[in-house]
Amino acid sequence: MAGQVVTGSRSGLRSALPLLLPAYLWLTVAIFLPLSAMVFFSFMTELPLSGRAWSFTLDNYATFFSQGLYWTLLLASLRLGLEVTLWCVVIGYPAAYVLAKVFRGRSREAIFLLVILPFWSNGLVRIFSWAMVLREGGILDTALNAVLPFKINIDLMYSYPAVIIGLVHSYVPYMVLTCYLTLQAIDDSLIEAGRSLGASRLQMLKRVIIPLSMPGLVAGAALIFVPVVGSFMEPRILGGRTGTFYGTVIEDQFVAVFNWPLGAALSFILLAVVLVILALASPVLKRVA
Amino acid sequence: MAGVQVANLSRSFGAHKALDDVSIDFADGGFYALLGPSGSGKTTLLRQIAGFDFPDSGRIAIGGESVERVPVEKRRIGMVFQNYALFPNMSVADNVAFGLSVRGEAKATIASEVQRALDLVQLGKLGARRPHQLSGGQRQRVALARAIVTKPRVLLLDEPLGALDKALRVDMQIELKRIQREIGITTIFVTHDQEEALTMSDRIGILRDGRLVQEGPPEEIYDKPKSEFAATFLGDANILRGETTGTGIRLADGTAIAAGAGATLAAGAKASCAVRPERIRIGTDSGTSDPNANMLRGQISKRIFAGNNSTYFVDRDGQTIKVIVQNTGVEKLAEGQKVVLRWSPESTVLIAASQDMD
Repeated sequence: MAGQVVTGSRSGLRSALPLLLPAYLWLTVAIFLPLSAMVFFSFMTELPLSGRAWSFTLDNYATFFSQGLYWTLLLASLRLGLEVTLWCVVIGYPAAYVLAKVFRGRSREAIFLLVILPFWSNGLVRIFSWAMVLREGGILDTALNAVLPFKINIDLMYSYPAVIIGLVHSYVPYMVLTCYLTLQAIDDSLIEAGRSLGASRLQMLKRVIIPLSMPGLVAGAALIFVPVVGSFMEPRILGGRTGTFYGTVIEDQFVAVFNWPLGAALSFILLAVVLVILALASPVLKRVA
Repeated sequence: MAGVQVANLSRSFGAHKALDDVSIDFADGGFYALLGPSGSGKTTLLRQIAGFDFPDSGRIAIGGESVERVPVEKRRIGMVFQNYALFPNMSVADNVAFGLSVRGEAKATIASEVQRALDLVQLGKLGARRPHQLSGGQRQRVALARAIVTKPRVLLLDEPLGALDKALRVDMQIELKRIQREIGITTIFVTHDQEEALTMSDRIGILRDGRLVQEGPPEEIYDKPKSEFAATFLGDANILRGETTGTGIRLADGTAIAAGAGATLAAGAKASCAVRPERIRIGTDSGTSDPNANMLRGQISKRIFAGNNSTYFVDRDGQTIKVIVQNTGVEKLAEGQKVVLRWSPESTVLIAASQDMD
């Protein structure tokens, strides 16, 4: 009997292997190898592809610590990540609540589709659409002047708010989706029980609904914060001169200055900082979740 | 504490009439069961009383105060849900404290009230536990403690024992009844389990298709059902159909069945008689000791032995009559045997034929 069980689980593993292999092969080829190469690059003086002589060095990392500019940019990017995440919570959480608890059936599907829609459009197209909306004499400007009796001049283009708007638009679906999943899992009878005990809607939100949907909020925040801190496309196109962030500097090293070793080093410093932040936050988040 | 009056209550969902002109008076301090098959409207009625949903027409009063447009959070009711609906993010004590704490009671008051409620449901030591660490029966008790700690005017229970296994359910029935007596709260209890309704409640209301079929004390409904539905839904009943003679019926083959209870009907109308399986005596002799007794002859088609009693299925003129006999060790009848069935007119209820019967 025991032998059969062992054979059974071994054959289970054997049949699971072909299913696991593609994913792990892909992860190895697509992520682990390039990332290892980048770690290697980050300790080099020169890019080996140029044919010039190169040697190992720690200078690339030292550059970060010796120049205040990188610190300033990193802090600006962290602030950007924090602000975008907060706006995504403010905008995404109520939407997720309405989707999970108010709409039912077909209307829910339709609204869900509208939330997912940004995912299906090209990122660059999305950003340039915002550029058309936000610039002086653009769609927002024209529309507001058509409605308002007095003349106003909205020129959000190439500003910090424009970067925020673009990033929030790109990332808010993550918050809606993760929060929707946890909110939907909250049994309606819990809300009814709370109301039968005399709790107002606000009290229910504060004491039952938000605590129970915290895992979704945390997951959404992590999914948004990390890429936003390293983002470069939205800051560059919508931020213009004001859109210099840590991510755009890294991009510059790769595509403009061709200083790959410095770009790689800056990337890994960002990775380390983000990991430290998540590690520090996780006990707190675990407690509230 | 207060009584609840429901008058001419109607509620439709689209074309479906969930409640159709229902009126019931729930007496102060009583234990009332709403019984009916699924879709009968019993849960809709409970939710109307709770205030989760508002009626299309009709009146609901709690303690004499009209509440049909008052939302649930202002009605001061206590409710126990079928799935208990305990807050998983709170301890047992915090769950019970919830209603007092949203009301803004002082911390010390809350702590002592919570402890008292937990003691009442015999969970005094489990306040620090989380709901997922409790058994089904314990969760049930926590839900009950949470519902009564706020001293609601009425306690509403939506199939609260449905998720428990049989043995635990019987324990909880006794427990629930004890707690209800102890605090004397008006209790309305929704169930589809007729045994639960019979054993626990002072009064039963039977609902079907959104209408109140019959209402009264358990004994009255059991002994004097007013419809074939009430007779067969609450307990087991043999239904004999024929034409009424005024005080009984005449079956198709001419046999007269006398009824001692039930409706008074004009002779000639279609009617039926209901008789409970345990009221019928079964034997092989044709001699009769009671000349007034109803009598039918038949043949045993099946016998089911259940320890303390046996159920006989007796075929007669295309109909099967069910007879339950206590196991006294005397009666021993075999399948296929020809038998005589007798029962007194007092055990026979005359029921007017109604169009809603199948």
